[in-house]
Amino acid sequence: MPDVHSLVNEFVIKLKKRQIEGSKTTAKLTAELLRSFISQLRLPHSNQAGALIDAVKEVGEKLITAKPVELAVGNVVRRVLHIIREEDLSITNAAVGGLNLASESDDDDGNDEYDHPVLSASAVAAAARNALRPPSLQTLLDDIPHAAATPHTSSSGDDSEGKSKSADSLRRKLKHDVIEAVNELIQEISTCHEQIAEQAVEHIHHNEVILTLGSSQTVKEFLLAAKEKNRSFRVFVAEGAPRYQGHAFAKELASRGLQTTVITDSAVFAMISHVNMVIVGAHAVMANGGVIAPVGLNMVALAAKRHAVPFVVLSGVHKLCPLYPHNPEVLLNELKSPSELLDFGEFSDCLDFGSGSGSPLIHVVNPAFDYVPPDLVSLFITDTGGHNPSYIYRLIADFYSPDDLVVQRKSAS
Amino acid sequence: MVAKKGSRGGAAGEDAGEELSRDPLQAILLADSFATLFRPITLERPKVLLPLVNAPMIEYTLAWLESAGVEEVFVFCCAHSKQVIEYLENSNWLNQPKFSVSTIESYNAMSAGDALRLIYEKNVVHGDFILVTGDTVSNMPLTQALKEHKERKKRDSNAVMTMIIKQSKPSPITHQSRLGTEELFMAIDPKTKELLYYEDKADTSKGTLTLDRTMLLDRSSISLHNDKQDCYIDICSPEVLSLFTDNFDYQHLRRHFVKGLLVDDLMGYKIFTHEIHSSYAARVENYRSYDTISKDIIQRWTYPLVPDIQFLQNSLTKLERRGTYRASESESAEFHVTDVGLSRSAKMGPFTVIGSRTTIGKHSEVSNSVIGEDCVIGSNVSIDGCYIWNKVNIEDGCRLKHAIVCDGVTMKSGAVLEAGVVLSFKVIIGQNFVVPAYSKVSLLQQPVRQDSDEELEYADNSSGNIEITSVPNTTDVLEELNTEVGGAGFIWSVGEKGLEEEWRHSVAPISADRLLEIIKSATDELDTSNEESNILPPSGELGIDSDNESDDGRDDHAHFEKEVEATFLRAIHENVEEDHIIIEVNSLRLSYNMASTDCAGALFYAMMKYAVDTPHDSAGELLKITNGVIGKWEKLLKYYLPSLDEEIEVILKFEEMCLESTKEYANLFSQILHLLYDKDILQEDGILRWESEKEQADESDKVFVKKAEKFLQVVAQGGIGRRRLRVGRVGNAFLLVDSLGAMEIELDLLNEDLIGFSCFP
Repeated sequence: MPDVHSLVNEFVIKLKKRQIEGSKTTAKLTAELLRSFISQLRLPHSNQAGALIDAVKEVGEKLITAKPVELAVGNVVRRVLHIIREEDLSITNAAVGGLNLASESDDDDGNDEYDHPVLSASAVAAAARNALRPPSLQTLLDDIPHAAATPHTSSSGDDSEGKSKSADSLRRKLKHDVIEAVNELIQEISTCHEQIAEQAVEHIHHNEVILTLGSSQTVKEFLLAAKEKNRSFRVFVAEGAPRYQGHAFAKELASRGLQTTVITDSAVFAMISHVNMVIVGAHAVMANGGVIAPVGLNMVALAAKRHAVPFVVLSGVHKLCPLYPHNPEVLLNELKSPSELLDFGEFSDCLDFGSGSGSPLIHVVNPAFDYVPPDLVSLFITDTGGHNPSYIYRLIADFYSPDDLVVQRKSAS
Repeated sequence: MVAKKGSRGGAAGEDAGEELSRDPLQAILLADSFATLFRPITLERPKVLLPLVNAPMIEYTLAWLESAGVEEVFVFCCAHSKQVIEYLENSNWLNQPKFSVSTIESYNAMSAGDALRLIYEKNVVHGDFILVTGDTVSNMPLTQALKEHKERKKRDSNAVMTMIIKQSKPSPITHQSRLGTEELFMAIDPKTKELLYYEDKADTSKGTLTLDRTMLLDRSSISLHNDKQDCYIDICSPEVLSLFTDNFDYQHLRRHFVKGLLVDDLMGYKIFTHEIHSSYAARVENYRSYDTISKDIIQRWTYPLVPDIQFLQNSLTKLERRGTYRASESESAEFHVTDVGLSRSAKMGPFTVIGSRTTIGKHSEVSNSVIGEDCVIGSNVSIDGCYIWNKVNIEDGCRLKHAIVCDGVTMKSGAVLEAGVVLSFKVIIGQNFVVPAYSKVSLLQQPVRQDSDEELEYADNSSGNIEITSVPNTTDVLEELNTEVGGAGFIWSVGEKGLEEEWRHSVAPISADRLLEIIKSATDELDTSNEESNILPPSGELGIDSDNESDDGRDDHAHFEKEVEATFLRAIHENVEEDHIIIEVNSLRLSYNMASTDCAGALFYAMMKYAVDTPHDSAGELLKITNGVIGKWEKLLKYYLPSLDEEIEVILKFEEMCLESTKEYANLFSQILHLLYDKDILQEDGILRWESEKEQADESDKVFVKKAEKFLQVVAQGGIGRRRLRVGRVGNAFLLVDSLGAMEIELDLLNEDLIGFSCFP
């Protein structure tokens, strides 16, 4: 499969060269890459899931090291690994349980959701999550009979020989199901904005003043959704130095008919008393409910805390990271080029190393991210609804398997 | 197909690709600098493969070309071509998707000109191409510059080249850029960005630049820059290659090609510039730029080409506090706890890069340095501002300051490298040996120039201390290093001129003493020539004074004039310096409460009086004498003529003299006016203003206007004699245009404020 490998390599190079920006695009591209990787992978007859997990881990490790600061890559890799495990579990359980519980499944017909023929196990799990039912091992076991029923219905329910065959076809189905589930993941990533925006009406009320910093696609959709529902409110946009994406953001909002005010980042504290709610996007959400966010947001969060203004973070599920902020991978910050801050030509005489001690007297540091601790965050709004920072660890338990926290192949094997 | 979709960066690259879809964007990368500035290192390894912050220079260039959307690169290798080709074969560059790299090998190309002629013969370049050398570090996007180039090309087929420039102020003291290159003067048309003048070897001691006057003929203004840096990135049309073939004597890209095109009016080829602001571009030309660019990379100006981003096959590196990078060990697990074998008591200073598998012993200090892979550094070693490449062994107690240490060097314990030292490959420095400043040490002997006495002189001392005395940088002596203390290598001698210039281009910063020396010599040199510009007072000050003009009686005025005359005569007889006269006249002015215009008038009166009092026979002789007097005291007079008001006052005074006191001048009025104009004491504006002021006067008052009518007409046409165009109050620079059509820029050498001023004809 040289084709897939070249694809992987190309993606790795792009990540390394920082040619891919934004966690949503990165997440989507990673998921798509993993999908094509899985679909082209030839699996052995035994221990398919194990082989699949190893292979995905291998690719995942490459992708993660290519751009460690982009946590979305790792998140998607872990999600895919989790999907594989879930599918594998459901299939093996189905193989075992299918014999015993075939009759039982008929009794459960009342629940339409589980009867849908193409619904795979992960979809079932997703449905369970949507109902906010914590999927413990127990619930997974409970669900299995229904899930197992799906291949049955598709193989038109012939009984005795079907049982033995189905075990075989189930194995073949593993890859198919995984791809199916990854497709759903891609779907989920691409629709996360709409999912989040749907909840806007519940949070933004008439005559409110919303403050945001910099530019975020999620925040834009969120605000516009509220606007569409005829909520009239004002938006303060902090410009978001040094990239000043807030300028373009304000323009965009104003062109869509929103009352917009641009302020400097340093004016946030002065203006915060006028504000009813702070709504911002995030780079990543950590397992403890802390947020890795564009630089400057910690200051905004502190100001909001001081004035008891709710600080709301919008985040797609792909930004949920199962790591804690003390993890060395997370501690990394991306230091961008100093030329975003000041003009090289103007300062070139201060950067002359030909005189003096030869050591630069001006050093410009341009970090890309801030860390906002969980106690400054009032609410997370994800595709699945609003959550308290203290609840994030539960969400993470839903989406990731604890075995995958460290995506690294065992060095021995 | 997955990776193709979306992604902003990728899409931008593809857009660029699509725009240029007719021809794939090509680039010529000269993997040979055709210079010897990096000797002796380049005797053993080509320059493009020398590591720059632990990655070969060519990697930076190729990585940039690839990300900028170039699809096909021809690497021209000449010196050490085998090594370059071998390197490229072992790297991933030859089998990249959408980015093809092919090599062109030559054994006899001596210059960039030869290289381009050879490439022309191969007929591989079809469209516009990027011409760079393999030592370019940049992160600039090419899309915009290319678009401009193509649009210009469409409008004007003679626009064959776009040169990339970047603002960078030169040092006012050493007159070199921060990259160690000579101060570069460029004249650019501010509207079209056409390059009109390019001089990188300006003779700063003379203080003038001569521009061709025709530059101003058909454009409203030009801007002169000394704060632009040539990035040596050129976007060329295919004609460039044929131009090189047509002009087989073009060797150097700038010295011959660019200047040749600028001078040549017949063909009318034009070169344009494109200035970049936020992105970075620079070329490693000499050791100084090696140092500067390394520091720029460490400070992340070249983002994303920085050590902690794996744009190439470098090892994983982490950025730590204070701009320190440390490679992490991923493969070989020799050091488990710390990735780099850094002793706990070792101090890592700011802006330091340490490669993988390097160990540093106890109490060693490293700051502002780059250390490569697999180095072993002992304890109590001090390293400051050094570039240490791979597999270097530095034993205990060594001290290194601002040095370049190549692969495989061993420094025995206690050895010392002074500032600016370059140790080439596998040199061994003996125990306690001190390598003197700016010396270059290599295992290879220096190629002999014309001298025949290149026999080795063996140093017969065993202790390093005596060795120093025997290793002065004498010329033409090859010194073998202290074999008895276990050293190996030859200290290269530098030519007499070379030594002089060595400090300019070395990695070591220029010492404070040296800077003081330069300032001193510069001021000495300028003391005479500079006076003129120094005595030009800021006009504002005088303007305020002239507001306080008093309407005191004529008496005061007459007294003042007498006093000034007396002062002036005393000055002539006692040889008083001009400065002193100025002080005296100024004090007189204050005591009589006179305006500056009065000073000018009084001084002029005194001069003319003196001239006419000198015995003479004919009017012709009087003119000659006047000429002499004015010539002698020109500067003094000019000091008091900062603005038009003073000039008009002088003319009025002259008129008055002709009418009343010294009628002898009456017939010479026109000639002397001409004389004053020629000497730049009066400017055409002043004369013309005087004329217009007189227009309203009585007929009787117009006598002299009529006398000077002819002259006035010529002045009005502005085509006679020398014309001085004052260029506002930007520093103390003047633009002079004389009748021969040459323009001169007078520069105040201690003042670097010539930054981009414009002059208007």
